[in-house]
Amino acid sequence: MNIAAGEMLAITGLQVAVEGKTILNSIDLKVRAGELHAIMGPNGSGKSTFAQVLAGRETYEVLQGSARFLGQDLLDLPPEERARRGLFLAFQYPVEIPGVSNIYFLKAALNAVRRHRGVDELDAMDFISLVKEKLAAMQMNEDLLYRSVNEGFSGGEKKRNEILQMMVLEPVLTILDETDSGLDIDALKVVADGVNSMRSPERAFIVVTHYQRLLNYIEPDYVHVLSGGRIARSGGPELAIELEQRGYGWLEPGEGAVP
Amino acid sequence: MTAGHTSYAEDFQAVQATLPGAGVPWLQQLRTAAMESFLDSGFPTPRTEDWKYTDLRSLTRRHYTPASRPRPDSITVPADAWWQDELQHRLVFIDGHFMPELCPLGPLLSGVTITSLARVLEQQPELLEHRLGHNTDLEQPGFNAFNTAFMRDGAYIRLGAGAVLEQPVHLLFIATGTNASLRPVRNMIVAGAHSHATVIESYVALNDAAGLTSAVTEISLETGAHIEHYKLEEESASASHIAGIYVTQDRDSRFDSHNIAQGGQLVRNDLQVALNGPGAATALNGLTITRGRQHVDNHTRVDHNAAQACSDEWYRGILDDRSRAVFNGRIVVHANAQQTVSHQHNHNLLLSGDAEVDAKPQLEINADDVQCTHGCTVGQLDEEALFYFRSRGVDATMARNLLVYAFAADVLERIRLQPVRRMLEQRLAGRFMETEVLDSLRDRLSG
Ligand SMILES: Nc1ncnc2c1ncn2[C@@H]1O[C@H](COP(=O)(O)OP(=O)(O)OP(=O)(O)O)[C@@H](O)[C@H]1O
Ligand SMILES: [Mg+2]
Repeated sequence: MNIAAGEMLAITGLQVAVEGKTILNSIDLKVRAGELHAIMGPNGSGKSTFAQVLAGRETYEVLQGSARFLGQDLLDLPPEERARRGLFLAFQYPVEIPGVSNIYFLKAALNAVRRHRGVDELDAMDFISLVKEKLAAMQMNEDLLYRSVNEGFSGGEKKRNEILQMMVLEPVLTILDETDSGLDIDALKVVADGVNSMRSPERAFIVVTHYQRLLNYIEPDYVHVLSGGRIARSGGPELAIELEQRGYGWLEPGEGAVP
Repeated sequence: MTAGHTSYAEDFQAVQATLPGAGVPWLQQLRTAAMESFLDSGFPTPRTEDWKYTDLRSLTRRHYTPASRPRPDSITVPADAWWQDELQHRLVFIDGHFMPELCPLGPLLSGVTITSLARVLEQQPELLEHRLGHNTDLEQPGFNAFNTAFMRDGAYIRLGAGAVLEQPVHLLFIATGTNASLRPVRNMIVAGAHSHATVIESYVALNDAAGLTSAVTEISLETGAHIEHYKLEEESASASHIAGIYVTQDRDSRFDSHNIAQGGQLVRNDLQVALNGPGAATALNGLTITRGRQHVDNHTRVDHNAAQACSDEWYRGILDDRSRAVFNGRIVVHANAQQTVSHQHNHNLLLSGDAEVDAKPQLEINADDVQCTHGCTVGQLDEEALFYFRSRGVDATMARNLLVYAFAADVLERIRLQPVRRMLEQRLAGRFMETEVLDSLRDRLSG
């Protein structure tokens, strides 16, 4: 597989520890432009660890392996650099930042990304109309823009806010870490629509979820099961349905092949 | 007892006759008694409970001599010290001397006096006879006695009943002195019934002026009066600044304090508010920003002496490098002060592993029908928030600066006087971020 063929992310033999404890043993995964990969797996299996490592969280220690993103060594880049090159993580637990308004947070992020892309910063008018358009798509209340980032937001508002950021920043690779958890049925639909509106041959997604339900709205190309520190099984959308019926018990850690 | 403090007896002898109101018997007596008290007690030592965390050796091993009056033409006031042009009421003091040459006083409303304290002591001392020194804390005689002995000048503001000043009164204190210069400052504000004014005390330095500023401000609020007081301390990194603000409040009066400490090597602020009448309310807002080896000690005390009074206190500290801050917030609810409402918040942000905070809330509640809360935290920058910013493309330095700025935001937001708030934002921005960022931060309001 080479970059010309649309390879976006190539992870080989990734081993990760936190506080001396190995969480991920050996992860191999390839993601091509246009694809959507779902990652499922039991609580504590390391899905968020995986997502955070890709985003550059320094509390996780990479012991071995490599990750290439758009042909570049990803693991050597600071988090902000990864984001500027088009990687976006929607957090499982979005962070509250008292004293920083949501709109300013968005603006600082968008300006940083645009500067990197060599395009001018948006002027105030264009910025606000862009944000309002996305806000409407996410069916979010406008006052959330002027409140401190995520502070006092409901669980569902926090998740919508993550997707709002994604829509404003237009990343090439989006990792959603349980964005569907804690959403009511309508909100799930709104979030799924938001993701679908971004799907394109140039973009790719890694969607961490516990529920097949989300995958009814966002159809995956591949489904992987993370268990025992590795990808224990990979398959198509039917794997998610099977997991929904059978749970994880039947999967031996290490079983199954990586596409 | 501090060795060496007795040498101030000679200075006192030398300047006594030249101090304003030298011929006024009660004043002479007051000064002499203060000097005796000071010679007796000396400067506080680490054994003095209220000074436990503030090491005064850098101050006590020096000897300070009262600064002489500079020539007005030798002074260029730094442009940003004015913070707002075209103010009607501004008093400028250089090294503790009133300098009307640098800024003449504007016309006044009837019933309002704004002048230099020395002028009052010379021309109408009887106005001060039963006031001067009446609000100060006599349990802490050291610095207050020192100040009373050597006081020369400061502001005298008297608002008659019902007088309302539309524009703030700016008291600008500029230090130009050498290591050894002493700058005594004494202010008196008397707010008659239902009067209202905003008063700003700002302390700035020219050319890294060192020395010692000793400032005492006494503020009395009569029934229904409202004073909004700003203290902006930006002395040089080698100066010492020891100040006390002593406030008494009658029924239904309101005192808002904004105490911003950014400069100085050794800084101490005593802020004491006595709520003496029912319905009196005070809001104490504080921001301390230190770096290098600065030491800033804020001691606040609120006495609820009457029923149905409110106090609301918000102090924040941001400490970098090897700097140190002390917060001691004492609230005393006396036995008759039923239906007191009192809240105190003190939050500190350490930007360096070598910075240190001693924070001590002290609540003494002797009434049963009260609503009192307090909270105190010392923390570092939130790593999760830093990562959240970075994961969105914002670089680490800017993310850090924004978080520091955000930490101060709730204190800044309580500052009603827009020019002061803007100036502070600018100063903070200079310290923590580029102005360009600040401009866009401000957009969030207009956004
Ligand atoms: N910062 C940390 N310190 C200590 N242990 C950690 C830390 N982060 C993760 N772990 C541990 O690593 C393991 C994997 O956690 P992770 O959050 O990646 O799981 P997950 O698959 O996302 O689980 P869930 O489905 O519940 O979200 C868990 O045992 C967790 O306790
Ligand atoms: Mg998780």
